[in-house]
Amino acid sequence: MELIFILIIPIIAAALSLVPAGKKFAPGITVAGAVAVFILALRTAFRVVAGTELTAVKDWISADGLGALIILLVSFVGLTAAIFSWGYIEKMVGTGSLGRLRRYYCRYNLFVFSMLSIPILSQVSLVWVAVELTTLLSVLLVSFKNTAEALEAAWKYVILTCMGAAFALIGILILYWGMHIAGGGLFTWKDLVKVAPAIPPSLLKTAFIFILIGFGTKIGLVPLHTWLPDAHSQAPSPICALLSGVETTTVLYVILRLLPILEASTTINTGNWFIVSGLVSVGAAAFLLIQVKDYKRLFAFSTVEHMGIIMVAAGLGGFAGHLGAVYQILTHSLTKSLAFFAAGSVLLLVGSRNIAKVRGLIRISPLAGGALLLGGLAIAGAPPFAVFLSEFSILKAGIAGGHYLAITLLTIFIVIAFCALMFHINRMVFGNPAPELVKPTPALPLPMIISLVLAVIPVVLLGFYMPTTLNKLLLQAAASLGR
Amino acid sequence: MIAQSMTPTLLTQLNALTGGLFLLSTFGVIAMRQVLGCLKMFILQSLFLASSALLLSYYHSSLHLLAVAAITLVVKPLLIPYLLRRTVGDKVTSRREISQVLNIPTSLLIAAGLTIFAYFIAKPLIAYSGAGGIIIGVNLPIGISALLLGAYALTVRREAVPQTIGILSMENGAFFAGISIASNLPFIAELSAAFDALIIALVMGILIRKIHERVGSTSVGEMKTLREV
Repeated sequence: MELIFILIIPIIAAALSLVPAGKKFAPGITVAGAVAVFILALRTAFRVVAGTELTAVKDWISADGLGALIILLVSFVGLTAAIFSWGYIEKMVGTGSLGRLRRYYCRYNLFVFSMLSIPILSQVSLVWVAVELTTLLSVLLVSFKNTAEALEAAWKYVILTCMGAAFALIGILILYWGMHIAGGGLFTWKDLVKVAPAIPPSLLKTAFIFILIGFGTKIGLVPLHTWLPDAHSQAPSPICALLSGVETTTVLYVILRLLPILEASTTINTGNWFIVSGLVSVGAAAFLLIQVKDYKRLFAFSTVEHMGIIMVAAGLGGFAGHLGAVYQILTHSLTKSLAFFAAGSVLLLVGSRNIAKVRGLIRISPLAGGALLLGGLAIAGAPPFAVFLSEFSILKAGIAGGHYLAITLLTIFIVIAFCALMFHINRMVFGNPAPELVKPTPALPLPMIISLVLAVIPVVLLGFYMPTTLNKLLLQAAASLGR
Repeated sequence: MIAQSMTPTLLTQLNALTGGLFLLSTFGVIAMRQVLGCLKMFILQSLFLASSALLLSYYHSSLHLLAVAAITLVVKPLLIPYLLRRTVGDKVTSRREISQVLNIPTSLLIAAGLTIFAYFIAKPLIAYSGAGGIIIGVNLPIGISALLLGAYALTVRREAVPQTIGILSMENGAFFAGISIASNLPFIAELSAAFDALIIALVMGILIRKIHERVGSTSVGEMKTLREV
C-alpha cells in the first residue's frame, strides 16, 4: 500500500496547491506532502530490506532494492527542495503574484510524482511514459523565470530530451518484440530478465543502442549533453537540485535496469559499451569544468561527470562494480542537491551567477559561503565526504577486476575535475570581497537554512558512518543489477 | 491468424502502399517551406499511421489494434493540430518562410541517405520476424527511417513549430514500427503514449507562445546566448 500512497500524495498536493488560500498554503501543503512521502519511502526501504520485494499491484506496481533506493533518494531531495522553495521562490516571485506561486507548487508536485513513478512502475512501457513525463512536467519549471535565457534553456531541454525519448521508445518496442519471440510473458523488468537468454542477441543489441542514445540524452552523456548545463543552470535553484540530483538518477536507473538483461547474452560486450560511454562523459566534463564562468553551470557539468562515473562503475561489472555504481548514485544525489542549494543561496545573496563577480563569500555570509565550500568539497570528492568513499570503492572494484586502462583514465579525469571545481569554489569563497558586495546583505530566509542543514547531514554523516539498513539496501540494489 | 475474406497478397500490397505513403509524407515534413504545410504533412502522416493500424488490426483480427487506430485517429490528426494552433496562435502557424540550416534539395538528399541507413539498421532484425515477416519487413525500416528523418528535420529547422512537428513525427515513426513488431502491447501503454503526445503538443505550444511573447520571434535557432565561451 505504501507505494500507492507514494504516488497519490504528490497528485493530491498538486491539486491542493492551486487552492487560492493565502501565500503559506501551497508551500505548506507541498512540504507536508513531501514529509509524508519521505516517511512512506523510509517504510518502503525498511520493508524491502526485511523481505525481498514490495508489491502493491502484482506486475504493475512494485519495488525491489534498487527501486526502493531511488524512491528514497527522490523523496528526500523532494523534501529538502520543497523546504528550500518555501524561502527561495517567495523571494524570487515577490508577494505580488500569488497565482504564479501556486502554479509553481502545482508543477513541483507533479514533477516529483513523475520521478517517483519511474522506480515504482514495473511495466517497461509505462516506465517510458513516466520518463517522458519527467521532461514534460519539468519544462515549465525550467522556464519559470520567464527570461529569454530561461526560455531558451527550456526549449533546448524539451527538444533534445523528447527526441531522445522517441529513440528510446523504438528501443523499448524492439525489446518487447524480442520478448515476444523469446516466448512472451509480461513486459515487466522481472520477466524480461527471466526470458533474456532466449531473446535474439541482435534484437537485444539494437534495442540497447536505441535506448542508450535515447535515455543517454536525458542523463547528459557526452555528446548528447548540450542541453544539460543550460537547463540545470537556468532553472530556479530548488528545481536544479531536483533535476541534477534525482531526475538524472531516475533515468539512469532505467538504463541500469538493462544490465542484467544484456548480460544474459554473451555476444554483446555490455561492459565496454558502458565503460566507453561513461569515460567519454567524465573526460569531456572534466575539461569543460575548467572553463566554466557560471557557478551553476559548474555543478551542472559536475553532474555530467558523475553520470559518467556511474556508467563506468556499472560497466566494470561484478558485484563490486555494481555496488560502486549504486553507492555513487546515493552519494551523488545527496551531495549534488546540497551543492545546488548552496548555489541558490549564493545567487539570492549576490544576485549574479558569474564566478568572477563573487569573491570572499565567507566574509559576506559565513552560512552561504560555508555551505558552498562544503558542497563543493563534497561533490568534488574530497575526503572525508561520502562521494570520496564511493569513488574510491569504484576504483577499487576496477583494479580488482583488472580494468587498468579504464581506471587510470577515470582517476586522471576525476583528479582534473577535482582541481577545476576547487579552483572555482576557492576563488568564490575566499579572498577579499568585492567592494559592491560589502553592503548589509539580506539574511537567508529560515526555510532555506533548514533545508541546507537537512541536506548537509547525510553528506557529512555518510562519510563516517553507514547505517546498517542503508548498507543492506545498497547490497540488495547491487544484487538486482547482476544476473 | 490471417483474415479469410481478403487475400493475404492484397493485404500486404495495401500495407506496402500505406507504408510508402507514410514515408512520402515524412519526406513532405522535410520538404515543406511553410509552417502550415509542415503541419498538413504531419496530419497526413498521422492519417497513414492510423490506416496502417487499421490494416494490421484486420490482419491480426485484433480488436486491440482497432482501438489503437481509433485513438490515433482522434489524437494525432485532430487533437494535436488543434491544440498546437490553439496554444501557439495563428500568427505563428501562418508564418511563410522557414529558415533552414541546409536548403531543401540537399535536405532531401540527406533524407534519402538516412532512409537507406534505416534499412541497414532494420535488415538484421527482420530475419527474426518469422511468419509476420512480410509486414514487419515493410513497416520496421519505414518506421525507423521516419524516426531518423524526424530527428533530421529537428536539427535543420530553426523555427519552433516545425521542430515540434519533427518531434511528433519521430514518435509517429516509432509507433509505425511499433504496431507491426509489438502488436499486442498492453493497451494502457498505447493509451498513455497517445496522452503523452498530447502533453508534448500542449507543453511545447505553451512554451512557443511564451518565447513569442518574450523574445518576439519563434526562430529558436537564433537563440544562442547560452553556450560555452
